[in-house]
Amino acid sequence: MSGLIMNRRKLLVGSAALGSSIALAGCDQFNFLGQRGHPVRQALEQANVLTYRAQRALIGDQTLAREYAASEIRQGMKPNGSTQPTTPEYTFLKMQNFASYKLTIKGMVEREVSFSLNELRNMPARSQITRHDCVEGWSCIAKWTGTQLGPLLDMAGVKPEARYCVYHCFDNIQKSLSGEIFYYESSDLVDAYHPQTILSYGLNDQVLPVSNGAPVRLRIERALGYKQPKYLHTIELVDDLTPFGMGKGGYWPDNGYDWYGGI
Amino acid sequence: MSVDSSQEQPAGGEPRPSADASSQTPVARPKGPLVYRQSIWTRLTHWVWVICLFFLLLSGLQIFNAHPALYIGQQSGFEFDNSVLRIGAVNTPQGPRGQTTVFGQTFDTTGVLGMSGTAEAPAYVGFPGAVTIPSYRDLATGRVVHFFFGWLMVAALFVWFLASFINGHLKRDILPRGGDLKELPRDIGDHARLKLHHGRRYSPLQKLSYFAVFFVLFPLIVLTGLTMSPGMDAAWPWLLDLFGGRQTARTIHFGTMVLLVLFFIVHILMVLLAGPINELRSMITGWYRTSPGTPAAEGDKP
Repeated sequence: MSGLIMNRRKLLVGSAALGSSIALAGCDQFNFLGQRGHPVRQALEQANVLTYRAQRALIGDQTLAREYAASEIRQGMKPNGSTQPTTPEYTFLKMQNFASYKLTIKGMVEREVSFSLNELRNMPARSQITRHDCVEGWSCIAKWTGTQLGPLLDMAGVKPEARYCVYHCFDNIQKSLSGEIFYYESSDLVDAYHPQTILSYGLNDQVLPVSNGAPVRLRIERALGYKQPKYLHTIELVDDLTPFGMGKGGYWPDNGYDWYGGI
Repeated sequence: MSVDSSQEQPAGGEPRPSADASSQTPVARPKGPLVYRQSIWTRLTHWVWVICLFFLLLSGLQIFNAHPALYIGQQSGFEFDNSVLRIGAVNTPQGPRGQTTVFGQTFDTTGVLGMSGTAEAPAYVGFPGAVTIPSYRDLATGRVVHFFFGWLMVAALFVWFLASFINGHLKRDILPRGGDLKELPRDIGDHARLKLHHGRRYSPLQKLSYFAVFFVLFPLIVLTGLTMSPGMDAAWPWLLDLFGGRQTARTIHFGTMVLLVLFFIVHILMVLLAGPINELRSMITGWYRTSPGTPAAEGDKP
């Protein structure tokens, strides 16, 4: 019996040592999963395609994200990502209070259309108090006011072959050796036509501030914060996302984040 | 149930293998029959979960590190304080230190939480790179790994529930019944004295543990995980009401992880104490050596 106890003790010590060495060394061994384009990572990424398809099948196209009571606005909207674009173009627009700002809808449309900020403000407005969920994990509730994107797309006349909206932005989020990288995002037409998808120019009953995306920020309320592009200037309808950026459909998707962003 | 349990173990006066008996005749130690205890579905899903929970834990800590704080409510307080856990680094006259605040109590956790690594190359992260995948800060990869194994874990859960319902594992070994509660005090006493009986079925404590894992912890961690998805919150808004907000759900998700880690530690300790070879064999081949005195049944091996 004492022999058995010794064995168990040895086993306990041995497995503890083995366990801790696996834990200490273990995670370097899985760093290859961080390599974009590694075949194992590409296989794991298929789970994101499954998530997208499952959520599209499960969630009605018109189902709304929860809207909160005004009492739930307990703080300002936390700015994140770009908070001050520095290109001459944006600086000039900001100086003249976005008077010459134009939002353009182009690409696979019957007619290219542009709207000034005043034109957008004079369109039917929608206000929604929603929860902004950042991919980092935090949430912040704020009131967003703007005009729905769907009717604007209808004014441009989306061609039947169009599958995605690409959202081009003013903010130079990153400097690379080949020049500045501008923020962009994209969505399918379900998200583009969703009733809560608005081109917001107001935040918490004030004019949308620069740190939160002035003059216009798109809201896609059933997705994470990185799917809500700030400093938006052009919406391009396309049938293929590969020609843009690194081909994944957005600045953060190009950096390894899932494109759908609903989870 | 009490009848079944008493059959598994030698009754009061029966000779249990005592220390002096085995030292006198170590060769002729009596053995119980070899029983087929774990079906292929139990074994398969068990090992799938071993892999899943390993990757889910380590990628989950990576995701947590992107914002190492937990809150109660719908949102995260930046201009008010609704946090229950906060890990970070602070500057002190003695240099930077890692700090963890739990329910308002602040602890110095330098070397483990908030600040780790070597003195020459300190890393200011929530959980140290030794327990995250990847070992460096990479939220995007953490999410890719987490969601893949999340799907796999849920798939295995469906397979297990279906198979265990059909083959009776659920009724026999998991769902506690009145008799189990009556047996519980004695079973706790036996476990406390490390008198572990190897029966055909699970003991009351085992049943309760696995019941808690399958009917409380696993559903809780899956549902709170779904509550963090803005898409799922649109589809199932009751998730937000059930858990009291997305940020509370995130906190419960983390707390359930801690409980599953505790379960894992106890699980491994019990396997080691109960005889790791026999326990491992039963989870690989399905065959389990029972305690002496266990009545043989059809299909057993000697």
